[in-house]
Amino acid sequence: MLIFRRVINSFRRSKLEKEIDREIKSHVEMRTADNIAAGMLPEEARREALIRFGNRTLTRERVTAVDAELAFDTFWRELRYAARQLRRSPAFTATALATLILGIGANVVVFSVLNAMVLRPLDVPQPAGLYNVVHKQQGYDNQSYPDYLDFQTKNSTFSDMAAYRIETAGLSTKAAAYKCWYYRVSGNYFDMLGVQPALGRFFHSSDEHGPNSAPYIVLTYDFWRTHFDSDPHLIGATVDINKHPFTVIGVAPPTFHGNEMFIWPAFWMPIVDSPTNEGTDFLSWRGAHNLWILGKLKAGVTPQRATDNLNAIARELARQYPENDESARLVKPGLIGDMFGDPARSFLAGIMVLAFLVLLAACANLASLFAARTADRSRELAIRLAIGSSRWHVLRQLLAEAVLISVLGGAVGTVFSAVLLKALTRWQPFPEFPIHVTVSPDPKVYLVALLLSIGSGVLCGLVPMRQIWATDSAQVMKSSGAGTIVFRRFTLRDLLLGVQITLCTLLVTSSFVALRGMQRSLRAPLGFQPQGVLLAETDLHMGGHSDASSTQIQKRMLEEAGRIPGVTSVGIIDETPLGTGGSSTMIYRMGTTDFRPSTSAFGAKYFSVSPGYFEAAETHLLTGRDFTWHDDATAPKVAIVNETFARAMFGRASALGQRFVMGDKDIYEIVGVVENGKYDSLTETPWAATFFPLAQNPESDTSLIVRSPLLPDEIVPEARRALTQIDPSLPFVFHTWTDALALVQFPARVATASLGVMGLLAAMLAVTGVFGMAMYSVSKRMREFGIRVAVGAQPVQLMRSALSRPIILLLSGSAAGLLLGVIASQLLAQIVYEATPRDPLVFAGVIVTMALLGLVATWIPAQRALRVHPARLLREE
Amino acid sequence: MARNDLQGSLDLLVLKTLSQKGELHGYGIVQHIQKASDELLSVEEGSLYPALHRMELNGWIRSEWKVTDTNREAKFYRLTAAGQKELQKAEKSFEQLVKGVRAVLRYA
Repeated sequence: MLIFRRVINSFRRSKLEKEIDREIKSHVEMRTADNIAAGMLPEEARREALIRFGNRTLTRERVTAVDAELAFDTFWRELRYAARQLRRSPAFTATALATLILGIGANVVVFSVLNAMVLRPLDVPQPAGLYNVVHKQQGYDNQSYPDYLDFQTKNSTFSDMAAYRIETAGLSTKAAAYKCWYYRVSGNYFDMLGVQPALGRFFHSSDEHGPNSAPYIVLTYDFWRTHFDSDPHLIGATVDINKHPFTVIGVAPPTFHGNEMFIWPAFWMPIVDSPTNEGTDFLSWRGAHNLWILGKLKAGVTPQRATDNLNAIARELARQYPENDESARLVKPGLIGDMFGDPARSFLAGIMVLAFLVLLAACANLASLFAARTADRSRELAIRLAIGSSRWHVLRQLLAEAVLISVLGGAVGTVFSAVLLKALTRWQPFPEFPIHVTVSPDPKVYLVALLLSIGSGVLCGLVPMRQIWATDSAQVMKSSGAGTIVFRRFTLRDLLLGVQITLCTLLVTSSFVALRGMQRSLRAPLGFQPQGVLLAETDLHMGGHSDASSTQIQKRMLEEAGRIPGVTSVGIIDETPLGTGGSSTMIYRMGTTDFRPSTSAFGAKYFSVSPGYFEAAETHLLTGRDFTWHDDATAPKVAIVNETFARAMFGRASALGQRFVMGDKDIYEIVGVVENGKYDSLTETPWAATFFPLAQNPESDTSLIVRSPLLPDEIVPEARRALTQIDPSLPFVFHTWTDALALVQFPARVATASLGVMGLLAAMLAVTGVFGMAMYSVSKRMREFGIRVAVGAQPVQLMRSALSRPIILLLSGSAAGLLLGVIASQLLAQIVYEATPRDPLVFAGVIVTMALLGLVATWIPAQRALRVHPARLLREE
Repeated sequence: MARNDLQGSLDLLVLKTLSQKGELHGYGIVQHIQKASDELLSVEEGSLYPALHRMELNGWIRSEWKVTDTNREAKFYRLTAAGQKELQKAEKSFEQLVKGVRAVLRYA
């Protein structure tokens, strides 16, 4: 590869010039000495020598010019020669290119996603030292506002700390109303991140003077552009948020979408403001763990020191407020704490390793191909060596071919992945959530792609090096042309192929496990029946209603919806199970006096439902009764619990008529028990859950469940008309319950899809690998086979010697891969529902797949071995 | 064409010199060609050194810094196998050139 030499040359140019000067000096000195010997005076002798030599600078320049010109020429010549060689064997070139495009393309895609989600810092002016401060207990990451204030004022390790919550609200102008996602942030939020407004101003901590003191919002650039037509006069105008007036004071720059990578808000509001009638009691309630803290470390402070510092504060707080357990843990920001971050990071790292292994497998394949090609060209190479070409020169030529093909494959692979990534960036998986997956490749990605390409090229090209070094040209030309290759020993190439088959089986096993899990999760009992249900979701706060007045409106919604023709049942729940929300609370046994987490019986999910909800959701009531509208504020408090709840508290005894206490010391009587269900995720272990009547536990969040045998499209217009006549200002989101479940199935779907793609890639590479090896070994042994047929060998015997090695590799590799797959499934179980390889179907699937792969890969070589025609073969040789 | 041929003859002279003398430095090559040609041919240093460098890069000759008989350091050049072959080619093509030119001159 002369490109390397060229690069080195430009470095050693000055060295070359020094060398030329030295040579010229020695030349002039020798002539001077001769001149003196011929009788000249030293002075004169030197002058004559210099004149004879002529212009020394010009000579030096001409020598270096030769150097540059030749290097460049040779580089192009080698490249052109390499291209010609590759064109001459299109099948080889196409196979190699396809392998590389897939291998490098897969790596570029996975690396881009990894880069966007894990490596790239937050897109803010000074991203260094930013951390989310979350609760120590995983899955319980949020902090409370009073804790935030204490952490912020008492710490000595952070330069600043901001708090934020992510919420939805209805934003309305005179012209229209929208449901928006937005952040409620502490006043110092923008100042801490160092963001400057594109228009107007931001709010600051100096604007905060207690609850509802700063009714301002700052719009994101995108929202301002799409919803307000980039109107510069909007600054200072008033818009309604949940029917409360707020002034638009500024617009953020186009690149700033908040500090969470995937949830892009429409606007920001000071956290001290409340857009609802509920008041802002969470600002003073230490138990309300419902916000995120983002802190910026002081320069030179390690995360560990900061964590220790915050935990010392937390211990102090725990002494003061024993009913709460405060703690702090630092996590990398951008992925909603580590709720999403942790599984996403480990999954991505896993996929990256897999992608890299796939590329290694691809390189192993290519290396075998190159080695085979070198062996086939051994006569040509021997001739070139014999007529005086240096081994290094021949090697350089092969390397040029390998690198040319890998860079070409890498370039095409990168273009494909860039297109794919662009599409992924534009893709909004869930229209009702502002989730953006920005994974556009950046220079780092292109650099990685280039390095991977060159690396694979050099790796593949170097494998034939030993062959070239060992070539004895005389020997090769004397023999029949085919290089003598020992077929007895297991070689490095066999090992590579074995590893590759293992990897392929591992990936195939994982994708089967994931697929089965997906299939099972679709049929898993959810504790409700999403098919045939249309959801109409809204938050009554957006219409300016208080929690207390919500119940009346919800009653009217049920009445109106129930009247729609074709609707069989209706019900309301505050947040559907497996939705985005869902709260949990501590449950205490009767007689508890000291209410703190450690004295509770257990934690339970809780929901508020209307009478008829269970029937509409098809959640089976196992015993007892449903709620009625008479279970209202004036009646004794009642609850319906699920089986897990009943069993955990009362064992085998009947739960009906039993009572329990909640943290607010209210006593509830159990009037019914319903079947278990899934509440947060498909992979969760069964949760205890309790349901309260809406009339006793009013909620503004409203999910109206409309069950009907009709198609959703047939009901939506009717439902919209019926519901908007109750309150035209309420924004409703209509979708089927099945669609709404897409979000919880998303991680499993992504895992299944990416494992499937990786598995497919690995399978293709395994096929080409086994095929290449079998084909090569058959083609090298045609003569031997011919002789054996001539002396009476049976086809079976031929097959055995031709294919025994690929098949041994296939069998042992598959067994190892299956074993690894069993181990890997335990990791997979965190993402995919009931991932288990102890599933006869998975086993059968893997074995059939590998057998098919083997069959496909060895079919043609076997045919070729069987069609050996001894007479013709021997004649040809 | 003409330039190539002239350059070709310089290459030929250098290669031949090296094949005769085995190992020689630049100055020695100049001296040898002058002496061997009965002072008819004089090689310009400004052309010689670029040519030597080019031939070295082409793999026809190899160089090495050594000390001369007069205890002076100089860069010595020697022929490689590829250079030997190149020399044969160059001799052949030169003979053909000479034959061709002579034929043209004799044409009446």
